[in-house]
Amino acid sequence: MTASALTGRPESRSRRVPLAGALRGTGVAGHASAVIIVLAAFVAVFGRWLAPYDTVDPNPVLAFVGPVGGHPLGFDFEGRDVLSRLLAGAQTSMIGPLAVVAISLLIGIALAVASAWRRGAVDATVSAGLGIVFAFPGILLAVLSTAVFGAGLPAAAIALAVAYIPYVARVLRGAALKERSQPYVAALEVQGVSGAAICVKHIIPNLSSLIVAQATIMFGWAMVDLAAISFLGLGVQAPTPDWGVMISENAVGIQQGYPLPALAAGACVIIVVIAFNVLGERLLERSGS
Amino acid sequence: MTRWRFLARRLAMLVASLLVASFVIFSAVQVAPGSALSALTGGRALPAASVAALSARYHLNDPFFEQYWYWLDNVLHGNLGTSIEWRENVTTLMRSLAGTTAGLVLYAAVIIVVLGVGLGVASGLRPGGWLDSSVLVATAVSAAVPSFIAAMVLIAVFAVQLGWFPPLGNGSGFGDTIWHLTLPAVALAVSSLAIVARVTRAAVREEAGREHVQTAVSRGIPYRHIVSRHILRNAAIPITTVAGITIASLIAVDAVVETAFSINGLGSLLVQAAEDKDLAVVQGISLVLVAAFVVINLVVDLLYAVLDPRVVLGTAAR
Repeated sequence: MTASALTGRPESRSRRVPLAGALRGTGVAGHASAVIIVLAAFVAVFGRWLAPYDTVDPNPVLAFVGPVGGHPLGFDFEGRDVLSRLLAGAQTSMIGPLAVVAISLLIGIALAVASAWRRGAVDATVSAGLGIVFAFPGILLAVLSTAVFGAGLPAAAIALAVAYIPYVARVLRGAALKERSQPYVAALEVQGVSGAAICVKHIIPNLSSLIVAQATIMFGWAMVDLAAISFLGLGVQAPTPDWGVMISENAVGIQQGYPLPALAAGACVIIVVIAFNVLGERLLERSGS
Repeated sequence: MTRWRFLARRLAMLVASLLVASFVIFSAVQVAPGSALSALTGGRALPAASVAALSARYHLNDPFFEQYWYWLDNVLHGNLGTSIEWRENVTTLMRSLAGTTAGLVLYAAVIIVVLGVGLGVASGLRPGGWLDSSVLVATAVSAAVPSFIAAMVLIAVFAVQLGWFPPLGNGSGFGDTIWHLTLPAVALAVSSLAIVARVTRAAVREEAGREHVQTAVSRGIPYRHIVSRHILRNAAIPITTVAGITIASLIAVDAVVETAFSINGLGSLLVQAAEDKDLAVVQGISLVLVAAFVVINLVVDLLYAVLDPRVVLGTAAR
């Protein structure tokens, strides 16, 4: 019933949405979240240069000294400026989740679209495989992977990405199935357009609003899980500044009655995660699923 | 009879996913960089006798699938191998710690179900009241608090500042253990609790607004009866789903909370073993945790079938 079906010139609905309207309909909370996310991304890129003091070299004399002039958040367990480490730590704290989301989206989209397009045996095989991955909680898979490949961000991030694939693929498979039954797809098939071309040029672009919403929500999950893994000492390795690492290395301060450095890093994680959760949920509502 | 067929199919799926999961966990040794032997020793230099014992135990000179078969056979007989770090049988190591971990997860699950469902029902039945508003605000914030950050805040406030609870450790004896596990259980439960409360609230509100409930009210059926038979019975399905998913997810998060509170349990041993590259321990604990995760998911699935007979018949629109 669409114009495209009549003119034989298929068009992707999503492409009509201008970039400026990306946040339309997400409300005040959505816009506020977007501002926080942009700010966090800015700090992740430039934080290293914004940090006013050295972020790695220890200075034991200043260990757990409270806020003083020029050091609004005081010093950490090794006497380093907490604010500087938070600014520099944004980079690893944001890059990890970005990698997780990118990898699981790439594979998840491919699996979802392939099973929706081919159905039958492909669909059955893919969902059986995803069911098995589903049996491994993300953090557990990450711990297993760091035990095998050695502690560090890459092993943890790849394992988490694998663990998230079933979540992406299940949501997108349903949407891709719906899209595949649209008349424009039949029209393109009749014109002899190849299945791969229809999937890449039409079905995936039409799922883009759902994909963006899903990616935003997953970024929040990945940030929490990666921070937890770094907290366990299996992710980003000290003395590299990272919010998860900062929570664990300054946990001693909590026992000693000086919780500020650990809690400041925890607050950074929570604020950014809430922003991604809120924006993701608003985007999901808007995408109509 | 469909009920038994349903149960049989679910059990078959359970066994299949456990088998594949065990294969994945076993393969970890093989995909590790370097030789399987160096993965098993974690790069340690061992005396020749120990190396020979390891090769014999893992049948390292046999084809891959035979190795897996021997390993699985051992696992099914309760033999998970020897810890290279602790020089002790993995099963023995785990047995002494499993109780603590099970207790902690159970404690958190009880908190989630009692408080999460309780608050959700109470606020859902009286939308807009003071309780409802405070539940909404409190759950919106706590849903986003990861367990290890919750742990830090709880220790800072309730253990160090107020001194109401011990900050670290397991405790000894039943009462003392409960005392020690309270803050960890709360840390483990807090975000799941918030999610369960929000879903429960939404489900109860939706069911309370349905026509059959209005009809029951107008016919003068006692309020308690309406709540239990007409509202909660129907709201139970989404509540079970979310409670089951969140409780199953505690199994992985448990490792983080145990580490944060220095509790000796399976989770903290798993993390320690991963750092030490003590693969036999990592494999053993992963296997048990994955099995627990899969079994909880099965229990949730079976609960659905009890709550909603359409699931068994395969006609439920899920």
